[in-house]
Amino acid sequence: MKKEGMIYRVAGPVVTAIGISPKMYDVVQVGAEKLMGEVIKIVGDHTIIQVYEDTSGVRPGEPVTNTGRPLVVELGPGLLSSVYDGIQRPLPVLQDQMGDFIFRGVSAPGLDRKKKWDFKPIVKKGDTVSAGQTIGTVLEGTMEHKIMVPPNMEGKVESIKEGGFNVEETIAVIGGNDVTMMQKWPVRAPRPVKEKLQPDIPLVTGQRVLDTMFPLAKGGAAAIPGGFGTGKTVTQQQLAKWSDAEIVVYIGCGERGNEMTEVLTEFPELEDPKTGNPLMNRTVLIANTSNMPVAAREASVYTGMTIAEYYRDMGYNVSLMADSTSRWAEAMREISSRLEEMPGEEGYPAYLAGRLSEFYERACRCTTLSDSEGSISVIGAVSPPGGDLSEPVTQNTLRIVRVFWALDTKLRERRHFPTINWLTSYSLYDKQLRAWYSSNVAEDFPALREWAMQLLQKESELQEIVQLVGSDALPDEQKITLEVSRMIREIFLQQNAYHPVDTYCPMQRQYVFMKLIKKYSDLAVKALAAGAQVSKIASIPAKQRFAMSKYETNIDEELEAVDKDFDKQFAELGV
Amino acid sequence: MSKVSKEYKTISEIAGPLVFVKKTEPISYQELVSVKLSDGTMKRGQVLDSSDDMVVVQVFEGTSGIDKDAGVRFLGETMKMPVSRDMLGRVLSGSGEPLDGGPAITPEKKLDIVGAAINPWARDNPADFIQTGISTIDGMNTLVRGQKLPIFSASGLPHNELAMQIARQAKVRGKDEDFAVVFVAMGITNEEKQMFMKEFERTGALKNAVVFLNLADDPAIERIVTPRLGLTTAEYMAFELDMQVLVIMTDLTNYCEALRQVGAAREEVPGRRGYPGYMYTDLAQLYERAGRIKGKRGSITQIPILSMPGDDITHPIPDLSGYITEGQIVMSRELHRGGIYPPVNVSSSLSRLMNAGVGDGKTREDHKAVSDQLYAAYAEGKDLRGLVAIVGKESLSEKDRRLLDFADLFEDRVVRQGSEEDRSIEDTLAVSWEILKSLTSDQLTRIDRKYQEKYLQS
Repeated sequence: MKKEGMIYRVAGPVVTAIGISPKMYDVVQVGAEKLMGEVIKIVGDHTIIQVYEDTSGVRPGEPVTNTGRPLVVELGPGLLSSVYDGIQRPLPVLQDQMGDFIFRGVSAPGLDRKKKWDFKPIVKKGDTVSAGQTIGTVLEGTMEHKIMVPPNMEGKVESIKEGGFNVEETIAVIGGNDVTMMQKWPVRAPRPVKEKLQPDIPLVTGQRVLDTMFPLAKGGAAAIPGGFGTGKTVTQQQLAKWSDAEIVVYIGCGERGNEMTEVLTEFPELEDPKTGNPLMNRTVLIANTSNMPVAAREASVYTGMTIAEYYRDMGYNVSLMADSTSRWAEAMREISSRLEEMPGEEGYPAYLAGRLSEFYERACRCTTLSDSEGSISVIGAVSPPGGDLSEPVTQNTLRIVRVFWALDTKLRERRHFPTINWLTSYSLYDKQLRAWYSSNVAEDFPALREWAMQLLQKESELQEIVQLVGSDALPDEQKITLEVSRMIREIFLQQNAYHPVDTYCPMQRQYVFMKLIKKYSDLAVKALAAGAQVSKIASIPAKQRFAMSKYETNIDEELEAVDKDFDKQFAELGV
Repeated sequence: MSKVSKEYKTISEIAGPLVFVKKTEPISYQELVSVKLSDGTMKRGQVLDSSDDMVVVQVFEGTSGIDKDAGVRFLGETMKMPVSRDMLGRVLSGSGEPLDGGPAITPEKKLDIVGAAINPWARDNPADFIQTGISTIDGMNTLVRGQKLPIFSASGLPHNELAMQIARQAKVRGKDEDFAVVFVAMGITNEEKQMFMKEFERTGALKNAVVFLNLADDPAIERIVTPRLGLTTAEYMAFELDMQVLVIMTDLTNYCEALRQVGAAREEVPGRRGYPGYMYTDLAQLYERAGRIKGKRGSITQIPILSMPGDDITHPIPDLSGYITEGQIVMSRELHRGGIYPPVNVSSSLSRLMNAGVGDGKTREDHKAVSDQLYAAYAEGKDLRGLVAIVGKESLSEKDRRLLDFADLFEDRVVRQGSEEDRSIEDTLAVSWEILKSLTSDQLTRIDRKYQEKYLQS
């Protein structure tokens, strides 16, 4: 294999080299400044390279070196609480090296080479280990970081050490190979798993509208459409804080610099409600803003996904948020047009759908090589141009993901939070998750959920009539329907992310909420039959108590009291 | 390598703005080029594509007069902008040459015009109010330092007049800060050029401004360079001279047309409506040069102005801009026809960073509440206009009639202002409170009672 060649042609971020014979997607160093690039096309003895940095001033004749391996991510202790660009260069390190602006030709390793980690082995010399098996642990901040045999290695442990090492020092020799705490893995290749499992456990988020109405399974994928100001940020932060995923990977892909600044300043200040530690301790942030090189933007989602897979392999549940996948698709479009490929719909390359599904397919719940269970749940934001959901990126995404959380500006204007529209959102996991809910929450939970959904649907039909003829013209039963559905919206669906009690609602309590609303509904119908007036039924004091209970610190006792009050107060109405 | 290379007489092809030169020594991408015509005229250009056997040069001033015997010289460096503090008060052409008859700029520094991306880690959150003296912007769509807030206009609307007014009136308040305006006009007519130059001088606004004027008949290529010259100047003033810089760019639509024209000349595969596929990234490279940096006093704020072709807000130019910028000010043809200047349609306008710039200590404690109330009442009043057209004013309740009148009052008193009228934020809030008096207290649902008591009386 020839490694050294030279530049033949430069045209923007696309550079043609001669004299090297690389494999597809090999990483090459271009020019005297050693700009990083990736081989994207091979034509005869010409190699077409997409360069991750600005190519102004680069000239034909300058050297090109093939590294002989594809774009890789460094995996090992030190990833958590890092802030990277799209090709895993730590942004704080880049700032130290070259100031406030990102100039080209600077490289910085993804993992700190100096820091020592305290390695504790769990296998002994002479043991036989298989690929992906855990051989020891390191405490990374507050998380237990498992050191695993690289997926392409196995054999007998010839030696293993204990103590403080950096990520490049050998900690063990397995089957004749030196093992360090750092692994390198090509970003475009999914890391192997032993077996993919059915996504039949929900990602519990403590957000009522998500958990009960539109649940995402662990290992599933969800799409959020939404520009700025629809409440996307709050929703993402609530998921990061409260979902029962141990690791959070956030990819800011091609978004506004100022928006990224908000994430970068706010995330480190968020507190992990479960431990009281900073949330950053279990978070990896990737920031590649819209004016940073487009090729690195294209790579950023893969970088994030590979990091997520690494933690999944340790047996953790990971949630990965990509904001926004539309910008990623645009990066593909841009590179494709530079390559003069035949465009598909709206100028996007014909392989858009393929790339999107490959990416979302990397979300899964699985048995890892080390026989533990891990998962990656993906939440991808899409930003449809002109708000038009029929455009190719949104459509191709919706064809793959099974959950759609429709953020709604109108709800935000009405101060209904979270702004997830209950009529247009959907989750196709509800059937698969039914068994889990029945055995872990309550037998009748799925039935209650269906009842509530139907009622909300009914409400929207009735609202149309009300707008024409006014609510007074409705029969009494329908007035009760409206009353109950309003309770579902205001008491159940609305949730205040900033209120210390209301911000998180455990599954069991969500069930109690639903059951109480159902109880009210049933009693109201009986009361009506017994001759009570609708206005009396609607204004029983227990209802108000119920509405306020979600802000009380002794909420569970309050809900029990509401239950008793319902019995008493409806008895007064003749039930 | 800064040595000037030898002269080549090997032009093999001339097409549109492009010149193909054969058999050169290695030439770097984006290197500057000078072309000497047979009559001695010099033209400048830039390398677009460089390979072993052929170099493609894009000529800034157009290729007319170039023949195959023209001499091509490669200058050995990429495009740089000479910058200096003395640029304040100067009027320059779209390629940076003096237009005001003054001397050439004596550079304190030469900077690459493409500029580098600000490290997201180094960015600081936008904050602090910039007063434009326009009520609809200051009061309801507040501009904040480090923000990019475009004005979406359309042909036939007075956006250039508004641009001029903002350039004249904009200021940062209170503290002892240096403030400067960089005014970048792209593809303007000669008439507009005269207007801008006269206005800048007449009003004295020029002393705090650097003006770049690229004319409609200047070559398209130059138009692509002009905003980069302006932004490079702005970066120098903001991050090296600690100034608060406001960059006003008009008209971005002309810029995008130029981008499309050049793309077509290069025979690139077109994207939506013939605009290049990289237009999002290209625009981002302009807009994202706005911002603040931790530990630096200066800031760059942008007001790009663009005219929506066919008044269509989903056209790629406003659409892509909207995804990068932090909000938009939308101009309305209806208001303009109604004789209201500036015809800002507040209902569809939005400043996403407003909250970072208003409130106690920044503008005034009641600012946010007043703005919310104006929005809500105006929206209700506008809805009622539709109803009145069907059922007549008589059938409205007393309450609704007040709202209906409020909408008219709002357009007449708050939106409408003279093109010479510079309203401070206090003036804007005062006029707002005055028209809010026409509503009853229970209609002021968005304003805390304590503010009502404090400001409604006075």
